[in-house]
Amino acid sequence: MKLIFEKSQAGRRGGELPKHDLPAAKVPDALRRKTPPRLPELAEPEIVRHFTELSTRNFGIDTGFYPLGSCTMKYNPRVNERLVMLPGFRDLHPYQDEDGSQGALELMWRLQEVLIEVSGLNACSLQPAAGSQGELTGLMLMRAYFADRGEGDTRDTIITADTAHGTNPASVTMAGYKLAKVETDARGNVDVAHLREMVDEHTAGLMLTNPSTLGLFDEHIEEIAEIFHEAGALLYYDGANLNAVCGISRPGDMGFDIVHINLHKTFSQPHGGGGPGGGPIVVRNKLEPFLPVPAVVKDGEHFKLDYNRPKSIGKVRGFTGPFGVFVRSYAYIRSYGPRLREMSEVAVLNANYLLARLKESYDLPYDRLAMHEFVLSARSLKREHGVSALDVAKRLMDYGFHPPTIYFPLVVPEALMIEPTETEAKETLDEFADAMLAIAREAEESPALLHEAPHARPVKRLDEVLAAKRAIVKYGFDDHPDLSAAPQEPRQLEAQKGA
Amino acid sequence: MTASESYPDDLKYHKEHDWARIEGDEAVLGITWFAQDALGELVHYEPPNEGDTIARDSAYGEVESVKAVSDVIAPLSGEVLEVNAKVVDEPETVNDDPYGDGWLIRIRLGDPSEADALLDVAAYKQVVAES
Amino acid sequence: MSYLSLTERDRGEMLAAIGVSSVEELFRDIPKAVRFGRELDIGSALSEQELSRHLEELAARNVDTSKELSFLGAGIYDHYVPAVVDTVLQRGELLTAYTPYQPEMSQGVLQAIFEYQTVICELTGMDVSNASGYDGTTVAADACFVAKHATGRTKVVVTEATNPQVRQVVKTYAPGFGLQVVEVPHRGGATDPDELRAAATDAACIIFQQPNFFGVLEPAPDLAAAANDAGAIAVAHVDPISLGVLEAPGAYGCGMAIGEGQSAGNYQSFAGPHYGFLAARQDFIRRMPGRIVGETLDVAGERGYVLTLQTREQHIRREKATSNITTNQTLLALGGLVYLSWLGPQGLREVGETCMSLAEYAKRRLAEAGVESVFPEWPTFKEFAVRAGRSAKDAIRTSRERGVHPGYALGRDYEGLDDALLVAVTERRTPADIDRLVEALAYR
Repeated sequence: MKLIFEKSQAGRRGGELPKHDLPAAKVPDALRRKTPPRLPELAEPEIVRHFTELSTRNFGIDTGFYPLGSCTMKYNPRVNERLVMLPGFRDLHPYQDEDGSQGALELMWRLQEVLIEVSGLNACSLQPAAGSQGELTGLMLMRAYFADRGEGDTRDTIITADTAHGTNPASVTMAGYKLAKVETDARGNVDVAHLREMVDEHTAGLMLTNPSTLGLFDEHIEEIAEIFHEAGALLYYDGANLNAVCGISRPGDMGFDIVHINLHKTFSQPHGGGGPGGGPIVVRNKLEPFLPVPAVVKDGEHFKLDYNRPKSIGKVRGFTGPFGVFVRSYAYIRSYGPRLREMSEVAVLNANYLLARLKESYDLPYDRLAMHEFVLSARSLKREHGVSALDVAKRLMDYGFHPPTIYFPLVVPEALMIEPTETEAKETLDEFADAMLAIAREAEESPALLHEAPHARPVKRLDEVLAAKRAIVKYGFDDHPDLSAAPQEPRQLEAQKGA
Repeated sequence: MTASESYPDDLKYHKEHDWARIEGDEAVLGITWFAQDALGELVHYEPPNEGDTIARDSAYGEVESVKAVSDVIAPLSGEVLEVNAKVVDEPETVNDDPYGDGWLIRIRLGDPSEADALLDVAAYKQVVAES
Repeated sequence: MSYLSLTERDRGEMLAAIGVSSVEELFRDIPKAVRFGRELDIGSALSEQELSRHLEELAARNVDTSKELSFLGAGIYDHYVPAVVDTVLQRGELLTAYTPYQPEMSQGVLQAIFEYQTVICELTGMDVSNASGYDGTTVAADACFVAKHATGRTKVVVTEATNPQVRQVVKTYAPGFGLQVVEVPHRGGATDPDELRAAATDAACIIFQQPNFFGVLEPAPDLAAAANDAGAIAVAHVDPISLGVLEAPGAYGCGMAIGEGQSAGNYQSFAGPHYGFLAARQDFIRRMPGRIVGETLDVAGERGYVLTLQTREQHIRREKATSNITTNQTLLALGGLVYLSWLGPQGLREVGETCMSLAEYAKRRLAEAGVESVFPEWPTFKEFAVRAGRSAKDAIRTSRERGVHPGYALGRDYEGLDDALLVAVTERRTPADIDRLVEALAYR
C-alpha cells in the first residue's frame, strides 16, 4: 500500500483554524523557517481511509488470539477507553492547582494504595513510564540507598538470571552497575549453589522475574531472598509476570524489596502497537525516602503532590506521570476487586491447559506445571524436519493467530513462549492447540508449507538483512530508493521476537 | 555466495573463533568460518582505528548480523596498521571469503612469542567440534 | 465485573485434561510460606455502571480546561486535538496490538511508525528518528547517553532556560551514565552564546530549548555554533508546533533534535501518556536508543516494513545496549502523525502564526493594563513571562476566582521571579478570552 506521502497533493488540506483579525507576529529572519516541512497534504476523508487501511494490515487483541509470551496480551476493556476521555481527566493540565485536581490526585493515591496491597510492600511511586524505566528507577534507588549507608562504593554489582529479559542487563549498565549472571538449574529454577558463590560484599542486589520467563515459579525463592538479605543486599522483582500471582503470592512476601508493575500487561493498559505503558514501582519502607518525586500523599481529606523528599533520586520523567494509564489500570483493578486472584488463577489454568494439549507434540524443556505461561521448544522439529520455531510462528499466522514469543528465553533453543492470559475462551484455546498440532504434522508431511508461511497476510516474509544494510528509515520523497531492482532471498532470521 | 566450511592449515587460531596469518613481524586477523556461520550474514563491521593498540584476548572491534552482535577478539597483541575498508563497506565479504577478502585488520606484532600460545588447525577443529 | 470467559464446565474439563483436581493444585510450586493467606483489600468488585459512576465522580472534581479558561503551559499545552485523532487511535487493530515483533502481523503499525519517523525528520531537519521515547524529558537523558558514547566526553551542558523538568530528569540519569551536568544561566531571558561556548569546552553535548522555557526565541543558530566550535553535539529541544514557523534544528547545525510531542496531537491528560521524540544526524544512527522501523521487501518483492538495526537494542545487545527502552509511546506518536497529516505544512504554519499573533495581542493588552513582560527585549513564540505585580501565587488565586487560570508561577523554578507568571496562548484561545485574562490579572 502507498505511504501517506505518496497520496499527498500539493495544496490539499485537512483541518482549518479559526481566523482572527490580528496583526501577524514577526519572526526574526535568522530564526524563520526557510523550507516548509514536507508533511502530508490530504483532505480528512483520505486521512481516515489511510489509517483505516493501515489498521486492516495490523493484528491486535481485538482481532484475535495473541499468546505473545511475557507480554500478557489480555482483553482491554472498552469502558476504560470511555472513562479516560472524560473531560475532567483528558483536559486537565498537570499544573492545575491542587484544589482543582483533587479527583485526579485521589485516583493516583488510590492506585498507589492498591498496588501496595497487591505487591505486599509499603510505598509506591507511579512515575516510571514503562517496565524498563521501573527497572532503572529501582536500580537508582539501590544506589541511593547504599550511598546513604556509606556502602555506595563497595556495592557495585547486580546479579541477573540468564533467563532475564534483555532490559535487566541494559538497565544495570544505565544505572552504572556491573553485571553478573546467575545460571538456571535443571528444574528451571535459579541455580542456588551458583548464586551462593556469587553473592558477596560487592553485591548490591538481584533482579529476578518470578515466575521466571520460563513460566516457572522459583521453588527456592525463600532461600534466595535469605542469601541476599544476609549479605545486606536488595532484591528487585521484575513484575513482567505478575499476572500469574495476583492475590496468590505477593512479591513483598517472597522477600523482594522493590517491584515494578507493568500496567500495560497485568492491568490492561492497551499497548498501542508498542506503547504507552506504565511501570510503577513499589518498595519496602527503608527505600521510601529515595523514591522519585512527586508522590501523591493524603493529608486529612486533601490529596497533594509531595516534592519535598530530600533523599529522593529526583525526577525520572516529566510532570506527574502517565495519568491516562493510571485511569485505565485503576478502572481495571476496581472492576475485579478481590477477584484479581481469580484473574490470575484462570491465567494459570489456561496456560496449563494449553501446555497439556501441546506437550506431546513439542519438546518441553522443563516438565513442570506452568504458571501463566510456558516455554516449548521446536528443537525436534528442527532436527527431524528442518522446521524452526520461526517457521511454526509464521504458519500460525495462516491459522489466524498471532505467534507466541520465539527464541526467548535464550536458555531454550528454538523456544516458543506461550502466554494465553485469562481472558480467552476454552474454544479459542482449543482452536489454537489444534492449529499447533496440525502444524507439527505439517512439519513432517509438507515442511515447505511452513518454510513459505505466512501465505495469507498482507506481506510475505520480509528481508531483514536488506533492511539493516540499506537502513531506509524515512521516506525520501523524489529521491526515495527503489529496492525492487534486486529481488531478494527470504532472509528473515531466527532471532528473538517478543517479550 | 557464502563460503563452505573450511579451516586453512597455514593459519593460527584463537578459541573465540578468530584466526591470524603471521607474516614476519606483522599479522592479518579475521574471524573463522564457524564464527561467520553462527552470526549469519554480516551487516556491520565496527573496526578499530588505524594506529590503535590492541591486546591479546581483548575485543578490538565488533561484527553484527541482523540477529546478533559479537566482539572480535584479538588473538595477538599489536598496533593496527590497516583496517579492511572493503569489509567496512560490504560486511558480507566476511561470509563470502572469511580467510581471504574478508580479513578484518592487519597489525604489527607487539610480542611475536604470543603466537606460540595459539591453536593449530587440528586443535581449533576440536574446539569447533565441541561448540 | 470480570472479563473471564470460562464456565464451570470448561474449568472442570480443563483441570481433567491437565490431570489435577483443583485450581489450587496448579500453584503447588509456590512455597506455603510465601502464599497470600487472605483476600486482597482493594475494595469490592464494581460493575461497569458502578465503575463509571465512581470515575465520573473523580473526574468531576477536577477543574479542566473546559471548565476554566486556562493559560497554563510550561511544557504541556491546550492545543486543539481533532476528532480524526480519536478515531484512528480507537481502531482496535492499532490500539490493542503489542510491539510489532512479527512484521507480517504488524504492517499497519510498522508503516505508521515509518511515516512518523519521516514526519519527525521533516520537522526537525534530521536524518533519523526513533519510534518515540517516553516524553520530552527522558529523550534529553537519551541524547546525553548518545553524546557521551559518540564523543567519549563525560560532561553535558544544559541551559538554565531549558524546561526545569528536563533539567531535573537529566540530573537524575547522569550519575548512572557517569556524566557531570553543567548549567548555563540565562541572561535576561535568553542564553548568551559566548557563555555557552566557554561552558561547552570538553562537553559531549549542549542542550538548549527553542523556544526556551520562558517562551523566548533563543539565538538558536548561534547556540548551535557555540557547541560545534567546542566539538560538542548541539541538541535542540523543540516544540513541534513551532516548526512550521521556526527554522528546523538540522538547518542550523544541530546534531540531534528532541522534544515533547504532546502539543502535536495529544490531550493534556494531567501529563500523560504523551510521546517524546528524538531525531539525529545520520552519524548517530547506530547509537540511537529504542526502536527504528526500516523499509524492505518481502519474498515476492513487495514493499514492507520491519523493526531494524535491532542489534542496538536490549534484547540483543543486553548490557551493551544503547538503551534499556522497549515499550515506548507508539500510540501517542501515531496521534502526532495523524494530527500533523491533518494540518499539513500550511496548517502547521498557521497554528504557529495564530499562536504567535494571539500571544502578541495578549502581551500588548497586558502591558496596556500595567502587567509588563519580564523579558521585553526578546521575541517570543506562544508563551511569555509577565510581572504580576504581586506574588504569582496570589495572582493565580484571585484570577482563578474570576474563572481564569493565568499561567505558571515561575518562582517555583527560578530565583527572583516570585512575581512572574508564564502565560501560554494557544490557538484555542480567542481575543475575547485574552481580554478576560487581562481583566482577571489587572484586578487587584
